[in-house]
Amino acid sequence: MRRTSTFNIVSVALGLTFLYLPIVILVIYSFNASRLVTVWGGWSLAWYRELLHDEAMLQAASTSLRVAALSATAATVLGICAAIALTRFGRFRGRLAFSSMVYAPLVMPEVITGLSLLLLFVAANVDRGFWTIVFAHTTLTMCFVTVIVQARLIGFDRSLEEAAMDLGCPPFKTFLTITLPLIFPAIAAGWMLAFSLSLDDLVIASFTTGPGASTLPIRIYSEVRLGVKPEINAICTIFVAVVAVLTVVASLMTKRGAMQRERAAYAAQV
Amino acid sequence: MAATARRGWGARVVLLLPYFWLAVFFLAPFAIVLKISLSQTVVAQPPYAPVFDPAAGWTGLKSFFSQLTLDGYRLICSDQIYILSYLKSLQVAAVSTIILLIVGYPVAYGIARSPRGLQPLLVMLVVLPFWTSFLIRVYAWINILQRDGLLNDILLALGILSTPVSWLSSDAAIYIGVVYSYLPFMVLPLYATLEKMDESLLEAAADLGCPRWKTFWLVTLPLSLPGAAAGVLLCLIPIVGEFVIPDLLGGSQTLMIGQTLWTEFFSNRDWPVASAIAVALLALLLVPIVIYQRLQSRQLEGLR
Repeated sequence: MRRTSTFNIVSVALGLTFLYLPIVILVIYSFNASRLVTVWGGWSLAWYRELLHDEAMLQAASTSLRVAALSATAATVLGICAAIALTRFGRFRGRLAFSSMVYAPLVMPEVITGLSLLLLFVAANVDRGFWTIVFAHTTLTMCFVTVIVQARLIGFDRSLEEAAMDLGCPPFKTFLTITLPLIFPAIAAGWMLAFSLSLDDLVIASFTTGPGASTLPIRIYSEVRLGVKPEINAICTIFVAVVAVLTVVASLMTKRGAMQRERAAYAAQV
Repeated sequence: MAATARRGWGARVVLLLPYFWLAVFFLAPFAIVLKISLSQTVVAQPPYAPVFDPAAGWTGLKSFFSQLTLDGYRLICSDQIYILSYLKSLQVAAVSTIILLIVGYPVAYGIARSPRGLQPLLVMLVVLPFWTSFLIRVYAWINILQRDGLLNDILLALGILSTPVSWLSSDAAIYIGVVYSYLPFMVLPLYATLEKMDESLLEAAADLGCPRWKTFWLVTLPLSLPGAAAGVLLCLIPIVGEFVIPDLLGGSQTLMIGQTLWTEFFSNRDWPVASAIAVALLALLLVPIVIYQRLQSRQLEGLR
């Protein structure tokens, strides 16, 4: 009874067009030779060349990449721990408080998270800058990593772990040699999501930053407030391209992981 | 549970590490926000008083509590600006969530009914923009909506408009930006429930002569309600506190509460009032957030 009706095709096509058209337009405009963004002056790479000489923008991009790499890595470690605690430890004391703290940041308005973290840093008398953004982003993104890894751990065949432990493998070694490789696709996907969320964040970074540490979104935002500029279109296009490549790689990795698992399961049956 | 009995120091680290991290960086800050919302603005560093000083001992503690005030809350309850921006935020969140349901449902339904092999690709196409920068996606609409932007060019060329219209700085622009940015959050949970639905139910209804629209109304729609609830909460809660979209696309007549908080903090440097706004916003969102957490843990942990 699986019928693909015209209505379904049209609604999916319209939905995807709505999602992609603005981005496509932005990409096209980034190659526009004219300084007036909306007047088409032929194809050109002028704005990309201009970007290479924009020291402040390059500096911000490098800050953003470093913040994203550090916070995504820390968030992945914390997220794996939290996911294991939530799926494997049953009902421990303080579980409700723990799971609330894990899920709340997913929907918490960013202005609240940003303001509260800033006030924490002020109260603790910490100098604000690069590291405060890293800590703030780690806190936000570890929750996303937890949810992704947790979903993988739930659909996980525990008999492999049990077999290893029955054969005398200590729990920690079992985790390293059996569990970790099996949930690796989820870990990789979680890291990449954390990375791109950190790269993307404007509000929390604006609150927790200090003198000298301005991230790419902070920089783009201050330029955008002054109006549309072709250089911004160019940097946004590069950004979109990087994220698109990362996402495709992540999804291929998960798919390959799934295929390997299926093959292993098939081999086990035979 | 066997794992419980065997839990050693390693397991304790696994639990306590994220627990303490979240307690320090997520829970403790709220206590500080609450405290500062009860403070007074002063021209100093930090710009609020009293400052908690444990070294001052018992008398210091007493004078600390006596200096706390409700002035911040009194201000946001009496001044129209704050009340209007709360109402504005609720209005934008409610209306755009309804639009998101109407737009997102057919997309999710269409994906769930497409050939199995195609579904992962379609889901990825819906998720991909979410991985792209939020700021960039909002910015992309400025290119289209501004006075000499693409939308006016097209409408003028088609003869629908005779003079260009400012689409930016309007509520319409906010709704477009919000619906555009949050669409994946609505489509994904809806798709997840629609895809899991047992199709034999639909066949049974069809066999018994139920027309398709009625099957949809009586079977599909009620079964997809959990997904719809998740989607609604996933959109509604963050939209209420949204800052970037109204700031870049909206006008300056009525601000949303996220913008008001931002202005109080960054422009007026009034930290106590900004904190009071945050506490009031959190109080408003507490019930939806708790419902969302229930849904999330039921779905992810299989707990009742």
